[in-house]
Amino acid sequence: MTGLSFLQFVLIFGTLLLTTKPLGAYMKKVFGGERTVLTPVVGALESWIYRLSGIDPGEEMNWRRYCASVLAFSAAGAVILYVQLRFQQYLGLDRAGASGIDPALAFNTAVSFMTNTNWQAYSGETAMTYVSQMTGLAYHNFVSAAAGIAVAVAVMRGFTRASSSTLGNFWADLVRGCLFLLLPLSIAGGLFLVSQGVIQNFKPYVKARTLVGAEQTLPMGPVASQEIIKQVGTNGGGFFGANSAHPFENPTPLTNYVAMLAIFLIPAALTYQFGLMAGDTRQGWAIFACMSVLFFAGFLAANYYEQKGNPILAAHGADQAQSANSSGGNMEGKEVRFGIASSALFATMTTDASCGAVNAQHDSFTPLGGLVPLFNLMLGEVIFGGVGSGFYGMILLVVVTVFIAGLMVGRTPEYLGKKIEARDMKYATLGILIPSFVILGLAAWAAVRPSALMNLGNAGPHGLSEILYAYSSAVGNNGSAFGGLSADNWFFNNTTGWAMLLGRFFIIVPVLALAGSLAGKKRAPESLGTFPTHTPLFVALLASVTIIVAGLTHFPALSLGPIIEHLLMLSGKLY
Amino acid sequence: MKLFKQSFLMNIWLTILLGLAYPVLMTVLAQVLFPRRANGSLIMHGGKVVGSELIGQAFAAPKYFHGRPSAAGSGYDGLQSGGSNLGPTSKALMARVDGDVARERKAEGRADPVPVDLVTASGSGLDPDISPSAALWQIPTVAKARGLDESAVRALVEKYTVGRTFGLLGEPRVNVLKLNLALDASTARAP
Repeated sequence: MTGLSFLQFVLIFGTLLLTTKPLGAYMKKVFGGERTVLTPVVGALESWIYRLSGIDPGEEMNWRRYCASVLAFSAAGAVILYVQLRFQQYLGLDRAGASGIDPALAFNTAVSFMTNTNWQAYSGETAMTYVSQMTGLAYHNFVSAAAGIAVAVAVMRGFTRASSSTLGNFWADLVRGCLFLLLPLSIAGGLFLVSQGVIQNFKPYVKARTLVGAEQTLPMGPVASQEIIKQVGTNGGGFFGANSAHPFENPTPLTNYVAMLAIFLIPAALTYQFGLMAGDTRQGWAIFACMSVLFFAGFLAANYYEQKGNPILAAHGADQAQSANSSGGNMEGKEVRFGIASSALFATMTTDASCGAVNAQHDSFTPLGGLVPLFNLMLGEVIFGGVGSGFYGMILLVVVTVFIAGLMVGRTPEYLGKKIEARDMKYATLGILIPSFVILGLAAWAAVRPSALMNLGNAGPHGLSEILYAYSSAVGNNGSAFGGLSADNWFFNNTTGWAMLLGRFFIIVPVLALAGSLAGKKRAPESLGTFPTHTPLFVALLASVTIIVAGLTHFPALSLGPIIEHLLMLSGKLY
Repeated sequence: MKLFKQSFLMNIWLTILLGLAYPVLMTVLAQVLFPRRANGSLIMHGGKVVGSELIGQAFAAPKYFHGRPSAAGSGYDGLQSGGSNLGPTSKALMARVDGDVARERKAEGRADPVPVDLVTASGSGLDPDISPSAALWQIPTVAKARGLDESAVRALVEKYTVGRTFGLLGEPRVNVLKLNLALDASTARAP
């Protein structure tokens, strides 16, 4: 690893250290319903939305009611989006010459954006109208993110309230997340992106006559407004097919830095907010520390293998040596302005989180360089993770860790003074097992279906990696892909669609049930025998549980995909 | 029933706010504050659009520097952005690399390894840049095709080489379209 690539990591991590505390404190105020600096600006709008929707934001909901509201809101949003996509050609601003989306793809896309996944089996510049991009896709970037944050905040309340039957009000959490958090960040960040060259207009596509006299069509559109919420909300759905590799989405190293920061901004702040709500910020920092360690390890590995490059490329005459004038390394699928380090860092972060934006094509990474994003997905995207979903995914692992620690010392496991009992463990285990079950089950099914295998972009073990990546990405609500897989067909549209639904709601329901159960418990006072959950020992234990739980489950599949491909690459085997 | 009504209405109001008002507000602000950037950083030449400084183009003539192999359609197709998505053990990838390596070596009359970005496809297929190494590699051919001194062309390449942001972020690079426009301009001025 060179000094410069390490410094890029330091810069992004340092910024994150600076933003986590103030943003977390602000978010605690926002979701606590307290007055903030933005209340004079959007407070009136907030009350209008409640009144027009017939909602009392002060109504406290128990976990069942909260969960039902999440499900009803998400379902309504998906149905509206489905209908809109089917008939988008009648809604105006169609600069792409797009037509109505067919049922399987519309189902897949509606589910994809509603679940914060943004898996894209279409290419935006030819398939979507501007109206679909704005009112359909960018809109869901906001609300699916806000719904995820709302669930995380409800879970925090469950862990930190005592003898309470309620978890807060979903509608209030949803609207506050949108108005006080996502919208202001998007306006400020979006304008910065435009200043750097990200486009923002409603114009028709531009026809250019190039220097050698050829015609080139330049797509246009309201990109920046969608680009920023795609990162801030860890959605990841690109306006264009190439996503954040496209120069109109991500024109400079600086926009790339802002994009990466935006991905981790809220997930990191949530850990501090949690510490504040628990009355002990060390609890939040412990989770933050565990995430940081795993983040750094992932970046180290990805950057090392991408920089080292592909020995087969070298044998065929490419110069992959790093120098002052060239990034060197495995540049297939990467942009020159980002080179190796900024691409490896982005790939690590977009899959640590459930973002899924890509500034380089993961399918063309070296086997072990590409293993990092794949493994991040399989860990359940808990390394900072998606907005909200990263936190509540990690909290399930915290519960498992506390349970294992309790077994080791022979005491009833406790977390924040709450006894973790059999029922709680069942919810936590469900939330951890179901995603892996869906990933491996569907991948195994696809791997034996000739009609599915037809759609692979690469042969040999790399083909299996493509399948594994697709379902890990769908279940993890990530949305990035090993893009060689042709995903727009009946089989993949439907299976990934259902995988996204299961991956989202089969975690949300158990985790809310767990929160509801814990909220009702008394808080036991700390005693000498209490296992502390803010120490480096706990951080190490939590990191190990995270890796072992995912590692043991997925290792056999990984060894048949990327790991064996690495060995074959070293021996020069081609498929 | 009440829950369904609330869910539906909430979606409607938030769509109007976040799906319509917000992008329209952003477009107005962008068009007022950064009109050139917001509209694609287009480069005009003789009143016509020759392209965008952010989007790469295919340059097949020896008098121009050329960019990287492109997997966007038949090459730098603005409507088909994307990478090759070929994996590291792909026969198809190595066949393409063989072709590009042979072409580069023949054009320059050299047999040493080719700068990697000249024989690998970018992630977008629209990469506007090449590494300084890739530009230096092409200097002899371009200079010869234009009857210019290599040192003159080298000076232009150095002038159009952009470093890392803050000396740290991203990689050094040369914008191919800008460099070629500058070449055209300098040749036109020369006697």
